[in-house]
Amino acid sequence: MAKKVALLQGNDACAQGAVYAGCKFFGGYPITPSTEVAEVLSGELPKVGGKFIQMEDEIAAIASVIGASLAGSKALTASSGPGISLKQELIGYACIAEVPIVIVNVMRGGPSTGMPTGPGQSDVMQAKWGTHGDHAVIAVAPASCQEIFEETVRAFNLAEKYRMPVQILYDEIVGHMREPVTFPEPGELEVIDRTAPTVGPEDYKPFDPSQGQVPPLAAYGSGYKFHVTGLNKAPDGFPTTKAELVDAEERRQIAKVMDNVADIEKNEEYLTDDAEVIIWAFGSTSRSARYAVNELRKEGIKAGLFRPITLWPFPEKRTAELAQQAKAIVVPELNLGQMIYEVDRVAKGACAVAGVNRVDGEPINPGQIMDRVKEVL
Amino acid sequence: MSERYEIRFSGAGGQGLITAGIILAEAASIVEGKHAVQSQSYGPEARGGASKSEVIISDGPIDYPKATIVDACLAMTQEACDKYANGIKPGGLLLLDEDFVPNIPEGDFRVVRIPIMRTAQEEIGRAIVANVVALGAMIALTDVVERESGLKAVLSRVPAAFKELNEKAYGLGFDKVKAAMAS
Repeated sequence: MAKKVALLQGNDACAQGAVYAGCKFFGGYPITPSTEVAEVLSGELPKVGGKFIQMEDEIAAIASVIGASLAGSKALTASSGPGISLKQELIGYACIAEVPIVIVNVMRGGPSTGMPTGPGQSDVMQAKWGTHGDHAVIAVAPASCQEIFEETVRAFNLAEKYRMPVQILYDEIVGHMREPVTFPEPGELEVIDRTAPTVGPEDYKPFDPSQGQVPPLAAYGSGYKFHVTGLNKAPDGFPTTKAELVDAEERRQIAKVMDNVADIEKNEEYLTDDAEVIIWAFGSTSRSARYAVNELRKEGIKAGLFRPITLWPFPEKRTAELAQQAKAIVVPELNLGQMIYEVDRVAKGACAVAGVNRVDGEPINPGQIMDRVKEVL
Repeated sequence: MSERYEIRFSGAGGQGLITAGIILAEAASIVEGKHAVQSQSYGPEARGGASKSEVIISDGPIDYPKATIVDACLAMTQEACDKYANGIKPGGLLLLDEDFVPNIPEGDFRVVRIPIMRTAQEEIGRAIVANVVALGAMIALTDVVERESGLKAVLSRVPAAFKELNEKAYGLGFDKVKAAMAS
């Protein structure tokens, strides 16, 4: 049988990907340009035995998602800049309490209310540093409707596997545009579920490091009782101020991500083999960049595209290699310069690093990228 | 790289032009198996204000999802025309609602004028199908998909009770443009 193909909006593809991944709970509060994720899931989740709830605000929405996940459901919330700002406290809570949740941020401009219907990529540093304290972050940045479907599945997988919040960042352009999406068959994409405890309720410790970097998570309501807190905690989940326990916990929570970068990282490269100039671009901007690469090649300029699909952890190794190879890296982004700081940090002066920036509600077009490439070469 | 064909629908918010763009993209991608991307831009108003919907159609994968140089543009209102009837390719096409766009822009493109809203209101009796009249008109103007593919995409989206109404609207838009282009 031929696979189902439909013309889907990016936000719709996200909702369909969530259902494919086994999401059974959505808690949200509507905000442009993310609302269609909620709208679609309000129809789809009841069909698969899931629950949809519109909470009284964005903070309550992520709280409901953390609760749903602790009760054993794969859970999602979606918002945009102003709502994501409100969620920061509880993103930190999900980090320290090691609760697998997925947060979609359909990026518009900012700060504050900004331009609700315009695109932006200015929340990428917020995704890394928005909540306080040391914490590892996983964020993915899909660039097409098909990829939003697939990366939503992967975001759930990473959340479940590493027992932590995972953010999906895409901008209004990709969120609102429509492209044909081929629905994968059940089983075609890997779907990972969290590891269940192997010990009985009486012996269970929710943060037992002897169980590995990612201790198994029991579901509330399944007979396991444990304490969950935002305080630094001992392996049994109760608060502690014992220096060695606090230190070990903090370091384990970073290491569970940074020791597994090879599993988490995902990039795409286009014509980079012989490239003298690398355009380093993500999300909708990478589509302008790819167009620019083709046009530049026609003019005899050896351009290539590096596109991070996993934005955090930052693709340090490959970016550093490309900085050694190229004369210049050009970083177009719909903000006034954010990821360029990371590129520059990793390039360590090995090549020129130049930005292309736009915050007027319009996309960066290929011509702007081409002009910048010619300036820096 | 494959050839891109770029179409822009513009008008007042609430006129259904984003839907017209979606249906054209479905006709190209789902019905005819081509590559298509539909995108839009609109203001914060629920109704009114100028809105646009763009459709890129290609035989190959489409990278940049917005218009670069427009092959064919529709404007349903003067405000939309003033704001969005630009960046049209030399020798391109501009379709105007003749009742609502009195000031016709000048440029190296062919202007085709038909009464889109009046056709919907007077010949169909429902202003709401003006976007389907516009879709039929745009497909006739550009031949970017087959007439039947566009109709199939329209009918796949409407309930049975409204199929006849929409088929008539689509046909009137299509035929009026073909007649205008022949004269």
